[in-house]
Amino acid sequence: MWAYILRKLLYNIPVYLGIILVMMLALRVSDPVAAYLGKNATQQEINVKRTEMGLDRPFIVQYATFVGQIVTFDFSEQGWNNKTSVGKQLASSIPPSLAITVPSLVTSALISMTVALIAAFYRGRFPDKFLMFISVLGMSISFLVYVILGQYWGAFLPQQRLNTDVFAVAVSAGADVSDPWFFLRPNKWVYYCMLPVIINVIVTMGYDTRYYRAVMVEETNRDYIVTARAKGATRRKIMFVHMLKNAMIPIITHLMITLPFLIAGSVVLEMYFLIPGMGRTLINAIVNKDFPVIQGFTAVLAAIFIVSNILTDVLYALVDPRVRLS
Amino acid sequence: MTNSTPPILSVRNLTTSFRTERGWITAVDDVSFDLAPGETLGIVGESGCGKTVTSKSVMRLLPEHLSRIDARSRIFFRETNLAHAPEKVMRTIRGKRIAMIFQEPMTSLNPVFRIGWQIEEALRYHTELNSHERRDRIVEMLRLVEIPNPEKRIDEYPHQLSGGMRQRVMIAMALCCEPDVLIADEPTTALDVTIQAQILALMNQLKEKLGTAIILITHNLGVVAQVCDRVMVMYAGRAVESASVAEIFHHPRHPYTSALLASIPKAGGKHKGQRLHAIPGIVPSLFELPKGCRFQDRCDYKQQRCVDEEPDLIPHDIEDHPVRCHFPLPAKPTVNGRPIRPHPVP
Repeated sequence: MWAYILRKLLYNIPVYLGIILVMMLALRVSDPVAAYLGKNATQQEINVKRTEMGLDRPFIVQYATFVGQIVTFDFSEQGWNNKTSVGKQLASSIPPSLAITVPSLVTSALISMTVALIAAFYRGRFPDKFLMFISVLGMSISFLVYVILGQYWGAFLPQQRLNTDVFAVAVSAGADVSDPWFFLRPNKWVYYCMLPVIINVIVTMGYDTRYYRAVMVEETNRDYIVTARAKGATRRKIMFVHMLKNAMIPIITHLMITLPFLIAGSVVLEMYFLIPGMGRTLINAIVNKDFPVIQGFTAVLAAIFIVSNILTDVLYALVDPRVRLS
Repeated sequence: MTNSTPPILSVRNLTTSFRTERGWITAVDDVSFDLAPGETLGIVGESGCGKTVTSKSVMRLLPEHLSRIDARSRIFFRETNLAHAPEKVMRTIRGKRIAMIFQEPMTSLNPVFRIGWQIEEALRYHTELNSHERRDRIVEMLRLVEIPNPEKRIDEYPHQLSGGMRQRVMIAMALCCEPDVLIADEPTTALDVTIQAQILALMNQLKEKLGTAIILITHNLGVVAQVCDRVMVMYAGRAVESASVAEIFHHPRHPYTSALLASIPKAGGKHKGQRLHAIPGIVPSLFELPKGCRFQDRCDYKQQRCVDEEPDLIPHDIEDHPVRCHFPLPAKPTVNGRPIRPHPVP
C-alpha cells in the first residue's frame, strides 16, 4: 500500500510542474506590472517595479526560482497591496475556509447519502418520488436566493423581531479576526459559520442526493444483486452490504472532486458573509491585481487538487479490490 | 420414468406478466411441468420464449412492481405453494431448498467481496455452522467443484478468477446448503467450448453425487443431450412439447422442435457442404400474438385450422409426450419402412 501511495506521488510530480508552468505563463501574457501600476505610470516606474519583483529575468530563471520556493515552502514574498507575506495571508485565510468547508462536506455527504439510500430503497414508490421532487425543487433555486433568504430569515429577522442573536448576518467590520483560529472557537463558529454551513449543505444536497440515488439504483440493477437475492439475503442486507460498497466507488469520486473546490472556499459564501477565507482573499487579490498573491495561492490550490486526487486513488484501492496494487 | 415418486417441484398453469409502456404482456403463458427428485429437466427455446422468466418466477426473483404472477398459478415445492408465498417464506427457500446459477459468471459475483465471504453468506443464512465449520465447508465445496488450491482461492476476489472458475464458484455457492433443486439459467452460454464441456461434466457428476434435481435452461440442444432426462420446449411463452431426451431427439412431434433439431450443425457425414438449416421468420411479438397457433407463420405444415384455433398441449396417442400441435409429426416417422428426418443425438 505504501509503495502504491509513493508511486502515485511520484507520478504526480511532473503533473504539478506542468500546472505551475502553464499557470506562470498565463499570468505573464499581459504585463502584470503595467496592469498593477495602472495607465498613468511612467515607463521608468514600471521598469523599476519590474526589476524589484525580478520579473525582468528570463522566464526559465523565474520558473526555477518559484519552484524552488514551493519546494522549500518559502512563501515569504510580500503582497503588493498590504505588506504582508503570501505565506502569512495563506496561514490566516486557510483556517476560516476550513471552518466552513469541512463541516459542510461531512454534513452534506452524510445527509445526501442517507436520503439517497431511502429513495433507492423505496424506488418508484411514494417516499422516492417525494424526496426526488424536493431535491429537484432545491436544485432549481439559485444559490444566491438561499444566501439572501438565509441571511434574512436565519439572522436578520430573529435579531430584529425576537432579540435572539444566534447567528451573525455577516462578520462585522468591528470583529477582530486577526487570529486565524478565531473562527474555530466553538462559540464563534456557531455564531459566524453555522449559518453559511447550513446554506451550503442545502445548496449541495439537491444535486448530490439525485446523483447518489442514480448511482445506487444503477448498482441495484446489477447481476450480483440477483445472486444475493437467490442466496436468500434480506433486502436490507442487499442494500446496505452488497449495493452500498459498490456504490461507494463513484460516490467517493464525486466527493473527492468537490473537495478541492471546497477548500478553495465557497467564494460566494465567503463574499456574502465576509469571511476572510481563501476564496475571498484570492478574489480580492485578483481585483487588486496583486501578482505575488495570485501566483502563490494558485500554486497552493493546484497542490491541493493533486493531493486530493492521490487521496481518491488511495480510497479507491481501499474500497475496490480490482484497483489494489496493480 | 419417475412416476412412482412424487415430484419435488410441481408447476401448474404458471402465467407471468410484465408491465410495459404499452400495457401488460404475458411472457409465460400457462406453463406446467413436474420435476422429480434427482431428475434433470431441460427447458429449451429461442431468446425471449420465456425460459428465464419461468425460472425466475419459480424463485420469485422478478421485480415486484413490474411483474405479476397470475392468481391461478401454482408452484408447489413439496407441499408449499411458492407462487404467492410471502418474502419471508421465500427467503427460507432461496439458497436453501432451491438454488440458482446464472448465465454471466463475470457479473454474477459481487466484485468487491472475497469469494469465500460470498459463499459463506448462504451458509450464514441457512445453517447453524460456526465460522470455523463454515470455512471448512467452503473449502470442501471449492474442492468439490474442482477449484485448485481452495485454501488460497477462498480469499481471492472474483476478478482474480477466470470465467470458468467463477462459474465453479457460483456452483459451489448454489450447492453449499445442499438444495433439493438447482436452477441453472444458461450456465455455459458465456463460456468457451472447452470450459462448457468441463462445467457440464462437473454438473453431471455433482448431480449423481448429491442427488440434486436440476432445471437446466438453455438454447443449446447439444447441452440438453449431454445432461438432461426430460426436455420441455418453449415457444413465445408457451410450452409446445415435452418428452424424454431420447423421444425429443429421435421422434420430435412439434414442427418447431423438429426445425430446431434440423438447425444443429453436424460434423462431417452426408450433410457436409450443405447450408445449415435455419428456421425462417422471427418469433412473434408478445404484443401481437396471432389468434391461432403461435408458430403458424414459420411452420411448413400450416393449415387453416392452425390460423383459427390455438392447439392444446395434449398427448396425441403417446403418453408422456404431450405436444401443442393440431397436426403433430408422426410418432415414428417412416417412409418405405425407413425413418425420415433423422436427428442423431449430437
